[in-house]
Amino acid sequence: MSDVKDYASSLSDPNSRKFETFSYLEEMDANAIRKQVEYIVSKGWNPAVEHTEPENAFDHYWYMWKLPMFGETDVDRILDEAEACHKAHPSHHVRLIGYDNYAQSQGTSMVIYRGPMTA
Amino acid sequence: MAKTYSAGVKEYRETYWMPEYTPADTDILACFKITPQPGVPREEAAAAVAAESSTGTWTTVWTDLLTDLDHYKGRAYAIEDVPGDDECYYAFIAYPIDLFEEGSVVNVFTSLVGNVFGFKAVRALRLEDVRFPLAYVLTCNGPPNGIQVERDKFNKYGRALLGCTIKPKLGLSAKNYGRAVYECLRGGLDLTKDDENINSQPFMRWRNRFEFVMEAVHKAERETGERKGHYLNVTAPTPEEMYKRAEFAKELKAPIIMHDFLTGGFTANTGLAQWCRDNGMLLHIHRAMHAVLDRHPRHGIHFRVLAKALRLSGGDHLHSGTVVGKLEGDREATLGWIDIMRESFIKEDRSRGIFFDQDWGSMPGVFPVASGGIHVWHMPALVTIFGDDACLQFGGGTLGHPWGNAAGAAANRVALEACVEARNQGREVEKEGKDILTAAARHSPELKAAMDTWKEIKFEFDTVDKLDVAHR
Repeated sequence: MSDVKDYASSLSDPNSRKFETFSYLEEMDANAIRKQVEYIVSKGWNPAVEHTEPENAFDHYWYMWKLPMFGETDVDRILDEAEACHKAHPSHHVRLIGYDNYAQSQGTSMVIYRGPMTA
Repeated sequence: MAKTYSAGVKEYRETYWMPEYTPADTDILACFKITPQPGVPREEAAAAVAAESSTGTWTTVWTDLLTDLDHYKGRAYAIEDVPGDDECYYAFIAYPIDLFEEGSVVNVFTSLVGNVFGFKAVRALRLEDVRFPLAYVLTCNGPPNGIQVERDKFNKYGRALLGCTIKPKLGLSAKNYGRAVYECLRGGLDLTKDDENINSQPFMRWRNRFEFVMEAVHKAERETGERKGHYLNVTAPTPEEMYKRAEFAKELKAPIIMHDFLTGGFTANTGLAQWCRDNGMLLHIHRAMHAVLDRHPRHGIHFRVLAKALRLSGGDHLHSGTVVGKLEGDREATLGWIDIMRESFIKEDRSRGIFFDQDWGSMPGVFPVASGGIHVWHMPALVTIFGDDACLQFGGGTLGHPWGNAAGAAANRVALEACVEARNQGREVEKEGKDILTAAARHSPELKAAMDTWKEIKFEFDTVDKLDVAHR
């Protein structure tokens, strides 16, 4: 059994908590986040930013940062809003959403700033 | 002027071969591939199929004259060569919508693939495609929830869903089975599945399975902070028993149940889909027996037709084949029926085996489920072929991981997310698959171990049922 690795995950360890798409990858750096914003813009989706305390991440509804940026295609302005949300709430998860109004759903959603996992 | 009655046998083509007919927007259209008996002319065989699948019988009967058969009859309106096959041909038949009970896949198929398939004038017969007019589609309830609703309920966006069928498929006790489910879900899968063979056998009665599995699902949700589900198979010997199991799944707050639509039957499936709509339950559909019907290139019912039947009858998931795994499926043909499952309008496209435009109106789409013989090395191809609106199910590819189910699940999840991230960045995921997975494995020992375990496995048997393409 010595070459079998234990899978570390438990109710008592907050770091076991995930938050959907891309949460099994390393946290994205600025360049990686930019590319995902470019993807959302290229799909014609409406970008939006939301945030929450990590312990409440399971909830469907997080706190909206302002309003979704309908029709916004300027990647820098979208990144600025995400960063502003992160600065205002440094202990929160911040997620980036691409609203697909034709599918009446979210085309994608991903946490781009991870809050400290303490609870 | 009124017709007169004369007894006897008429050639079918006198009544049912109408090359001048322009199909109405409300007609149900069918394309059959006919392998005729020697000496039977094409028009006669096509007309015979139209007759036997609609109003005709082998001889004239006086009661024909009590109605207006010209209003009700099926019409063979076109014949085409089959590319690559000199013996068979396609016959196109239009059926007036009034021939069929509203909202009844059962009734449509009883006519279209009933007696006619044993009819002596044809040696073999295959239903290649059916166009359901929007007027008929609107009489059916369709998928209880659909792709968007399922995404919203499970809170999963921008990637395919990840699943796994629990193995061994028979023989586990309920508590051990729940263990296997828990390990998969805590490792990062979204969904696990009852094998289709699991109903309520002596080794594991359904109620015990449901209770242990739901404890596993709920604990994995608390542990990972993500929404999870397990397809509880409610396929049962009788509809009464099926509903009893569905009600108990709901009582346990299960988000999704499962049914086998061909062995269970269209009546049971349509009823269960309606129950799911009424009870906010997602419905996963298995397709046992489909290969009996759809595999032979000259006889039976093509899978694209079975997929349409399921979308009308109702289901939120349907197995589609993987193209890359251990089961049958030609890539272009698979892409064709994947579109049929999830798009709202599909154009005729012979290069994908689609014979008719199909308009689903606002009927929800069905998640195609790719399952069977797939593992992490297939992920780049699966992401490319299926995109996001699919459920990728790794059975052996999760449970066969050398460190167990949780590690296997984590490996699949990392591989999926790495491929999706790369695709979003504009990279050619299928071509660069090895680099993408290798880079992701630097941060995931579970993925590294999976890549070391499975790199040699390949399934490269030729498909038996290929699209018809010209051979000369």
